[in-house]
Amino acid sequence: MLKNIDIKPQRKNSTEQCIHERSFQYKPYNNLKYLVVGILFGIVFVKAEVISWFRIQEMFRLQSFHMYGVIGSAVLVGMISVFIIKKFNIKTIHGEKIVFNSKKFNKGQIYGGLIFGLGWALTGACPGPLFAQIGTGATVISITLLSAVAGTWFYGFLRDKLPH
Amino acid sequence: MIEFIKQPWPWYVAGPLIGLTVPLLLILGNKSFGISSSLRHICAACMPANIPFFKYDWKKEVWNLFFVTGIFVGGVVAVHLVPNTDPIVINPDLAEELGGYGINNYTNLVPIDIMNWETLFTLKGFILMVIGGFFVGFGTRYAGGCTSGHAIMGLSNLQWPSLVATISFMVGGFIMANLILPFILSL
Repeated sequence: MLKNIDIKPQRKNSTEQCIHERSFQYKPYNNLKYLVVGILFGIVFVKAEVISWFRIQEMFRLQSFHMYGVIGSAVLVGMISVFIIKKFNIKTIHGEKIVFNSKKFNKGQIYGGLIFGLGWALTGACPGPLFAQIGTGATVISITLLSAVAGTWFYGFLRDKLPH
Repeated sequence: MIEFIKQPWPWYVAGPLIGLTVPLLLILGNKSFGISSSLRHICAACMPANIPFFKYDWKKEVWNLFFVTGIFVGGVVAVHLVPNTDPIVINPDLAEELGGYGINNYTNLVPIDIMNWETLFTLKGFILMVIGGFFVGFGTRYAGGCTSGHAIMGLSNLQWPSLVATISFMVGGFIMANLILPFILSL
């Protein structure tokens, strides 16, 4: 995946990493299924209060089990699913082999992770919930989202000067 | 059934459903679950500015933008069709603490006492929404992923760098919520 791109941008990673997605990419209707998955996902976010600023504050104060239960059980189900896919060599609906990208360690996971954590407790949201919060009518969060895009841009701008 | 759907869902319903997104995206088209990449694609599409990090064919990753658009629509659908009718019930200790900062309105998923268009132009609102958002965007990309890409997808695939990232997210959050946020909310 792109997020796992190598440190040196001059290597042509981004093209290499997208090779497996070639054939179905430019048929617009093929992307509609991701819209549907997103909608279902967004509904779960709202209904389980995962996108609530208050639930995030409880989590970081160890005042509620809710978010730990959500993330913990999500990881468990994800782990079992990945295990089953690998074990039985399950293919995509298009018959392709499912590809897993390994993550390489770099110091960004610590520095960036800490910075994201600070932002998470301020906004009460990670990137996904920002989109859902705006959908629920909290229109001012669109400014938070724009600011997150600006932060991402600034990272790209500074990237070569940052320790990784 | 309808009554059940209208109530807030417990963690043991929501968590597994979120976890199932991992195999669903893989089986539908070999997509690794991850949301913060969408912010990078938006940069690449709107303002690449000749920065190498944004010079790639974002159109190949457009599924991710469909996905986050869906999350937005999901928010709209949820509040209109199956709304959580009662205000959120939170830990009394937190309610007492927040009450001290004038936060008493629990009818919304965001604390509308301090997060609204008027407070955006106050120092407190600016820090919470603008600085906070900037940290989220900068930090997730620097870390190479967010809660979805690292904590859920990365841990599901037993990637130890994702565990490092997840622990860092939590440490940052604990520091902010317990040590720094009280000063910001007092502003």
